[in-house]
Amino acid sequence: MKRKMTPIWAAIAATALAAVPAFAGKTLDAVKSRGQLVCGVNTGLAGFSAADSQGAWSGLDVDVCKAIAASILNDPNKVKYVPLTAQQRFTALQSGEVDILSRNTTYTLTRDASLGLSFLHTTYYDGQGFMVPVKSKVKSAKGMKGATVCVQSGTTTEKNLTDYSRANKLDLKPIVFEKQEAATGAYFSGRCNAFTTDASGLASIRNKDAKDPKEHIILPELISKEPLAPAVRRGDDEFESIAKWVIYGLIEAEEYGITQANVEQMKTTSQDPVVMRIVGSSEDTGKLVGLDKDWLVRAIKAVGNYGEIFERNVGPKTSLALPRGLNSQWNKGGLQYAPPVR
Amino acid sequence: MSATVAPKPPPRKREWSWRSESFRALVYQIIALAAVAFALYYLAANTLANMQARGIRSGFDFLAQPAGFDIGESVIPYDALDPYWNAFLVGLANTLRVAVIGVILATVLGTLLGIGRFSRNAIVRGLCYAYVELFRNVPVLIQLLIWYLVFTEVLPPLADAPTIGGMFYLSKAGFSFPTPVWGTGQALAAGGFAIGVVISVVYRRWAMKQFEATGKVRSLVLVPLVIPFAMALLGWLLGGAPTAWSIPKLEGFSMEGGASATPEFLAVLLGLVMYTAAFIAEVVRAGIASVALGQSEAAGSLGLTRGMAMRLVILPQALRVIIPPLTNQYLNLTKNSSLAVAIGYPDVVSIATTALNQTGRAVECISIIMAVYLTLSLSISAFMNWYNRRSAIKER
Repeated sequence: MKRKMTPIWAAIAATALAAVPAFAGKTLDAVKSRGQLVCGVNTGLAGFSAADSQGAWSGLDVDVCKAIAASILNDPNKVKYVPLTAQQRFTALQSGEVDILSRNTTYTLTRDASLGLSFLHTTYYDGQGFMVPVKSKVKSAKGMKGATVCVQSGTTTEKNLTDYSRANKLDLKPIVFEKQEAATGAYFSGRCNAFTTDASGLASIRNKDAKDPKEHIILPELISKEPLAPAVRRGDDEFESIAKWVIYGLIEAEEYGITQANVEQMKTTSQDPVVMRIVGSSEDTGKLVGLDKDWLVRAIKAVGNYGEIFERNVGPKTSLALPRGLNSQWNKGGLQYAPPVR
Repeated sequence: MSATVAPKPPPRKREWSWRSESFRALVYQIIALAAVAFALYYLAANTLANMQARGIRSGFDFLAQPAGFDIGESVIPYDALDPYWNAFLVGLANTLRVAVIGVILATVLGTLLGIGRFSRNAIVRGLCYAYVELFRNVPVLIQLLIWYLVFTEVLPPLADAPTIGGMFYLSKAGFSFPTPVWGTGQALAAGGFAIGVVISVVYRRWAMKQFEATGKVRSLVLVPLVIPFAMALLGWLLGGAPTAWSIPKLEGFSMEGGASATPEFLAVLLGLVMYTAAFIAEVVRAGIASVALGQSEAAGSLGLTRGMAMRLVILPQALRVIIPPLTNQYLNLTKNSSLAVAIGYPDVVSIATTALNQTGRAVECISIIMAVYLTLSLSISAFMNWYNRRSAIKER
């Protein structure tokens, strides 16, 4: 019996080793053949990616996906939004469930190097902060010795909290919840003395969930750098290149005054060489990334330039009222500096 | 008068041919085993190959790296710079804390409720019935969330916490109580208590044997209860009778000193205990109902009170029917403790999720969680099976 089984075992083992299935084919081909971009977003973070009562998605991360879809597929509405929790997001991208992860995700070494992902340009420079009730009379994060802090699991927040607590000898006690709603609920019920997440998230949550937003203050200290950037899978350089350069194009469009309203007019009348390259009336930069010359015109027409995206979703006129701050253009004192589209 | 010895049966010959049933069974078993082994091997090899092709790092080496995150409550000493495996141990200790205390409390409560269904008092019967129906039919996650909501909304904030004698506080930060400052005296007391428990068990065995042999009644409850405490007192005196206590005091934002049962722990514990007790009550009720009516009638005719009949006659026989489903409920309670991650209790699933997100090693962390729960469940069922065999009535 044993002698007869050995060749069978060997054959099975050989098949197992040889049967490495080809991983998900080129993302760009899949997007084009499907006719739809699958975009991984947040389950509901006002200003970045949230669905309204009709199921229509809006936000800064959503607009990035719309711009890329407009560039590749000629229609900003050909996007399927997949809401992902903090635990699911990387596995969803790695496995091919989504084409691009645009979900207020911090760009870090661990995530860039060891998950098989590639991060694109930072769309929002953020930092982690604290929110405390006004009546706790805490004015600075350094005055929170021994406080309990509610955090959401699955984010860079926990590690930053621990680092800050150790560095300043604050002995902060984290209470870690799986869902953000549970974490904010525990903070607003008074279980925790403070709540911590990215400063943009704090503004969004204070507006949405607090009974009286004026009773909570966001402390001035930013205890970490949180560059929020979209991510794609490694292995499709073409798709990565297109996505990256659409974002750069939107930033450079703001720098040179191309807006959603005037982009069509700029296409026919502008004589500025930089503008002409962006709108494709002189060189065809689109062909170099694998699209056509109107690739950026479509993106800008769909969502506007970076400044318009910012103002519409998180700017001073919205309920989040976040200042441009670090996200201003490089020549206005901020960090948004796009390599030239040429 | 010579006893006739039954002739020895002829030795079994295994026929190596397809016509023999036992041979066919052997072949089928080998094929099934090979199929399962191949499926497992294919899964593992495929996953590893895919992960390597996409540049995803894998391996358990991250366990030796410093964790970098704090844990809200822990029974073993833990610092943020300890390695990941230490963090997992903290999570495991937290899970065990909920599981062990929960099992004990749920058994006690469930047994009382199950016996209460047979009470002659209609109100007691009705209350037990209402309890079971209510707590059995609401999903356990909802129950945990409700308990947590009650604790965090209803309890007063730390600054206004009501206190008993300045030593016990009840607030949103939990139930704070003083703990002894651990020294040789306390360690000797704990050791004395453990030795006392062993002595009590041995004494009880001896007393029962004496009772069955000679009919002389010896104290079966009072003496075994007193011995451990007496030994603990002895140990404490030997250690120099230390009286240092760590009293909780409000300092700034938190309680310094003492220990506290956080609302997260209390919510998980109470939610799971109340939920599982409803199921255990039904199991106990089924067990008691399975004992023939003649047994309680016979016990009555012997002059036993209802309480004595239940304790000495009915429950021991009912155990045969109760223990296997009871094992199920214990396993359910242990696995349901993983829902603690929804209300912020740092059990092993919560720690593993944090580790997963910080290192990106999804496959490794999930397999650690699976291994932990598998080991816990197998241990519980092994122990219950041993107990089942031990308490089985030896039929003639």
